[in-house]
Amino acid sequence: MRPQPSITGGKDDLGISALRKRQKQRRLFMEGILYLSPALLILGVFLFYPMIKTLYYSFFITNPRGMTLSFVGFEHYARLLTSSQFLQSMKATFLFVLYTVPTGILLALYLAVIANEKLKGMAFFRVIFSSTLGVSVAAGATIWLFLFHPSIGVINYGLQMLGLSSIPWLTSSTWALFSVALTTVWMNVGFNFIILLGGLQNISEELYESARIDGAGYWSQLFKITIPMLSPTLFFVIVVTLINAFQTFGQIDILTGGGPAEATNLIVYAIYKDAFIHSRFGYASAQAIILFILVLFFTIMQFKVGEKKVHYQ
Amino acid sequence: MMRTLLFYVLLIISAFLLFFPVLFAILASFLSSAALHSGDYIPKNISFENYVQAFTSVPLLKFLMNSFIVSFSVMVGQLILCSLAAYALVFIPFKGRHFFFFLILSTMLVPWEATMIPNYITVLNLGWLNTYQGLTVPFFAIAFGIFLLRQHFLTIPRELHESAQMDGCSRFRFFASFVIPLSRPVLIALGIYGFLTTWNMYLWPLLATSNENVRTVQIGIKMMIAQEASTSWNMVMAGVVIILLPTLLLLFFGLNYLKRGLMSGALKG
Repeated sequence: MRPQPSITGGKDDLGISALRKRQKQRRLFMEGILYLSPALLILGVFLFYPMIKTLYYSFFITNPRGMTLSFVGFEHYARLLTSSQFLQSMKATFLFVLYTVPTGILLALYLAVIANEKLKGMAFFRVIFSSTLGVSVAAGATIWLFLFHPSIGVINYGLQMLGLSSIPWLTSSTWALFSVALTTVWMNVGFNFIILLGGLQNISEELYESARIDGAGYWSQLFKITIPMLSPTLFFVIVVTLINAFQTFGQIDILTGGGPAEATNLIVYAIYKDAFIHSRFGYASAQAIILFILVLFFTIMQFKVGEKKVHYQ
Repeated sequence: MMRTLLFYVLLIISAFLLFFPVLFAILASFLSSAALHSGDYIPKNISFENYVQAFTSVPLLKFLMNSFIVSFSVMVGQLILCSLAAYALVFIPFKGRHFFFFLILSTMLVPWEATMIPNYITVLNLGWLNTYQGLTVPFFAIAFGIFLLRQHFLTIPRELHESAQMDGCSRFRFFASFVIPLSRPVLIALGIYGFLTTWNMYLWPLLATSNENVRTVQIGIKMMIAQEASTSWNMVMAGVVIILLPTLLLLFFGLNYLKRGLMSGALKG
């Protein structure tokens, strides 16, 4: 509480107006907080508090109801760094990012470029290209589980028709991560496509007209106007796809369960298993902190690099 | 013209390849088990038997209702809480609002999965496991929604606010009868976004439900795989088509709103 200025003393005009100003400010503050408080309460209880609590848990061993039993300091972190299981999970996570982010963006960029032509019936193609935005991770993964099926899957059926041998999509540890990545790229296409198409449509037509007058062909227009002008949007899509890749869970749970031989045990799945199957909240929290640091690091790095390289209008 | 033809060929091939998984799921949902196993993919007669079976294999209707209730509640909750917060940030000139704005924005840096363990324990201690509030309340406020609405509210002319205040219009009345109606497109976009993302949520419903009372369709489909996948994939695909239908329809009809709303929020301000 701020000390109230005394009103009984000599009150000149200046004092009263300062007092009024302060009262008005206080009233405005109370009013602002009143409107903000429901959102702040939810964010506080379900985001800020649990983030700090995760850090706290990562230094303890707990019971399955979240009561801390003993303080272990950095022991969980030390164990993680030497655990072959965790290192495998990190390796799979980074490989997964490498498989999904560049391909996902190039595919969506290609689709956005061909869907940006002024042709009849384009609305239909745009709806089809954005359709995976409406496909939930559970439904999408279930469809691909069926397509990848070793005996009745249509992909292997097609391969056999062409005289090729079947591929153990989800049952071999060399193929499984690739198959999960393929599913993920497919699921991400819709969102990336919509954002990139929106970016393309915001590029002024005049730029193309003057380029055509200068005799620029299709490819030189694409690389000298479209891609540079699209770079802020591309940058946004890269950040979102990258962060999403680190948070992958549903398709792993449905397609592989982290297997075979932990080949697809990505970090969020590893956290889930340690916390909710093995009830090791402390150990899982240490991994959650590493996930947080990773996402934070890449977000900040992207913004730092992006600021320099990206062309803003 | 060669060029036009080339683009149509590219468009058609791309559309077919991209939509193939969904098309094939629809096709398989009408096939018999025997046809599926022998690779006989041309349906001889349209039968809805798999759909009927899908509803009896797991309580799919109950799950659909649950998903609808949960998604709708989160949508309404987000619209109310985010617009109130954005209103305070734009129209109430109180000290510290920039601090609060950055505090809210900073939550975008936190991956939700990094907070799920304490959140699970919070919901457990509140006795909210297997309840609608456990599935909805944690998602009532999102930084993205507050940011989106704030960007839009900034485009509402200051003079309107000033003249309304001169006329003695209270702060809440200005919010309810000017700001909200003027923001319809962006509110619809946020509403569609909130509904879609909640409908499609997977990890949290998996953690926060352990029985059929409030379980959503996304977890229902996982139960179906566990029960039926070894024998009747055609029925599982019927289930998939049923849970895809609401979101695909919402997307097809709301696509322009979603795109325009999200774009205008990202560009203005």
